[in-house]
Amino acid sequence: MNHIKKECVAMLLAGGQGSRLYALTQDMAKPAVPYGGKYRIIDFPLSNCVNSGIDTVGVLTQYQPLVLNEYIGNGQPWGLDTAHGGVHVLPPYESAAGKAWYSGTANAIYQNIGFVDRYNPEYVVILSGDHIYKMDYSKMLDFHKEQNADATIAVLEVPWEEAPRFGIMSANPDGTIYEFAEKPAEPKSNLASMGIYVFTWSKLRKHLIDNENDEGATKDFGKNIIPMMLANNEKMVAYHFDGYWKDVGTIDSLWEANMDVLDPNVPLDLLDDSWKIYSRNPVMPPHYTGENSKIENSMVAEGCEIYGTVDFSVLFAGVVIEEGAVVTDSIIMPGSVIKKGAVVEYAIVGENCVIGEGAHIGDRPERIEDKSSWGVAVIGHNVNVSANAVAAPKAMISQDI
Amino acid sequence: MASMANVLGLIFANMHEANLPELTKGRAMASVPFGARYRLIDFPLSNMVNSGITQVGIITKQNYYSLMNHLGMGSEWDLARKTGGLHILPPYRSEGSGIYRGRLEALAGAAEFIRESDAEYVVMADANVIANMDLKPMVDFHEKSGADITCVYGRGVYNTERAMTKTVFSVDEDNKIYDVLARPAISGEMNVGLDVFVMKRRFLEDLIRESECRGLYSFETDILLHKLHDYKIMGYKYENYFEIIDNMKTYYKANADMMNRDICHEVFNLERPIYTKVRDVAPAKYGIDADVKGSLIADGCIIEGTVENSVLFRGVVVQKGAVVKNSIVMQDTVIEEKASFIDAISDRSVTLSKNRVITGSADYPIFISKGANV
Repeated sequence: MNHIKKECVAMLLAGGQGSRLYALTQDMAKPAVPYGGKYRIIDFPLSNCVNSGIDTVGVLTQYQPLVLNEYIGNGQPWGLDTAHGGVHVLPPYESAAGKAWYSGTANAIYQNIGFVDRYNPEYVVILSGDHIYKMDYSKMLDFHKEQNADATIAVLEVPWEEAPRFGIMSANPDGTIYEFAEKPAEPKSNLASMGIYVFTWSKLRKHLIDNENDEGATKDFGKNIIPMMLANNEKMVAYHFDGYWKDVGTIDSLWEANMDVLDPNVPLDLLDDSWKIYSRNPVMPPHYTGENSKIENSMVAEGCEIYGTVDFSVLFAGVVIEEGAVVTDSIIMPGSVIKKGAVVEYAIVGENCVIGEGAHIGDRPERIEDKSSWGVAVIGHNVNVSANAVAAPKAMISQDI
Repeated sequence: MASMANVLGLIFANMHEANLPELTKGRAMASVPFGARYRLIDFPLSNMVNSGITQVGIITKQNYYSLMNHLGMGSEWDLARKTGGLHILPPYRSEGSGIYRGRLEALAGAAEFIRESDAEYVVMADANVIANMDLKPMVDFHEKSGADITCVYGRGVYNTERAMTKTVFSVDEDNKIYDVLARPAISGEMNVGLDVFVMKRRFLEDLIRESECRGLYSFETDILLHKLHDYKIMGYKYENYFEIIDNMKTYYKANADMMNRDICHEVFNLERPIYTKVRDVAPAKYGIDADVKGSLIADGCIIEGTVENSVLFRGVVVQKGAVVKNSIVMQDTVIEEKASFIDAISDRSVTLSKNRVITGSADYPIFISKGANV
């Protein structure tokens, strides 16, 4: 088959488990976790690609890929069902040299050098499926070209006290990176890597092979590829981003990022027509609000039926809130039912759960004396909570109770 | 039993527009918005797809831009197919054809498309009926009864005004139609045609050819009525929920019906979904002091005011202190602060300015046309 050359190909690392989301990633990879009422996390990097003019995307999957594979399908919802390029799911495979899981982010790309080569691109964008943000990668690519860089790393200024959680770049005023430290205890800068890279493909290709041949080394972008390129005096520059960007790798950050869509002061506009976030549509009728329903400060997706009270919450498609049920400060994922008189507070309820009549999930922080015992309660996907059952704050429920 | 893969679907996009002049001013009947996120064509088209039909022709006459925009390649209905799939059939398809006067002439304009399909049967439908209809039993009935034409009808009570837009059938106990009234001035309980017909493709082709020769153009008058005794014409009674949109009042009522939970669950049966164009807007957002009851709300709405017993299409904004009651509010309309919109229908992209009050009455909703700035 003849492949038309692409200037830029995106590779989206979507194989991670996201173990810090516990019950929510037990049966799906992190990029497939629902977010913002109708999206899954992966909709953000995929939509960013399409909106940035990148029409060739490899999605590297490994951990629990079923939901993700089915969701991506032929890429039609993102306009990635094109004749040339489009979206390709790339799982690990068996080759003549043997079979190997992706042993790290760099190894995952290494194993797919063949895929990238088919499009003979000048540049490759490496993305992850862990973050909520809107970003024009074409501007970053322009910057990469202007700077004549070999690698461009998107960075965000973070509060100094949070810097030790990130990969930290030290850069000259012209943007050139001279030092990189992965999760430093004593950071020398507060420029955090966002896990978004533009590489000149010929350079990255070489370093991926060198890294692979270095048997003792781990196979990771942050730990290996970036330091190795720095040590080899490749030109690496920091690309400053100042928009909304949120890592949703933990229960608290996932909860907060969902609450952000309700906050008019947060600069994440999902209604902006000029930068749409695309998603696979559930094909459900509009949502219905009952005669005695009360809904404030919330986001409600299609297919929901609401007869109870909802405040400061995000309801995904097809959620039913029965009469007398109260949902506050919570996230209810697609298809879940909150039965009569149940109370859900400061909680994340996974997909297709049933919260039985009179059950009580989570609690409000102001009602808890020992603040250290308070946190968001989580009900995993497909869990049935029986009538009048109680799930305490911070509970992590992955089996019927 | 007939295989639905062998059935060609035909939808008449412009029929019945005279009944709904306000809403069909700049659009085809088939693209009249309905039920907060749909267009009327979504119903017959989804019914065909859900019944297993994979080749559908949409016969258009005028004002079909918004319809083409809505349908695109048909991928949302799973009709973007290598074989079969969705075909829009505009007028003037061949020399000598033009704007049709009736269903038979419309079919003559699509004769080539019909001939080239390999289908054994043809199911025809209009875009004026709200129903989640399985067409397979009708095709099976047609095959079993050996009918030339099967007309689908429903039973209901109609006043004179509504009956005068309909074809009314008398059906005997063997389901044979023995009398046809076209647009009768009668009232009471009657069997009204739902404008869904089943025929063999070969039969339809012959019918088109013969009608062309004889200058016949109305399927209802020239065939069903005048040829009732020449052909075997059978009636298939549709027993589930349906509403025929034949004037502004019934348009309003059919929308309100979707707020009845039983009807809504039947029409939007998730096993047989009604598909529509995806717009990729965020879910609806409720602000502080939002008060929304008994309403149908689409994605992309922003609600900070009061909404009762209303249907809000995608991207409608109801600002603080505004009140929307017993109304249908179409896409991207903005009801500004403290404005009231009661017993009314707004077309797309209307702005109702601050403090303004629009009040119709329950039996005669006021209509605000597209793009108006009130």
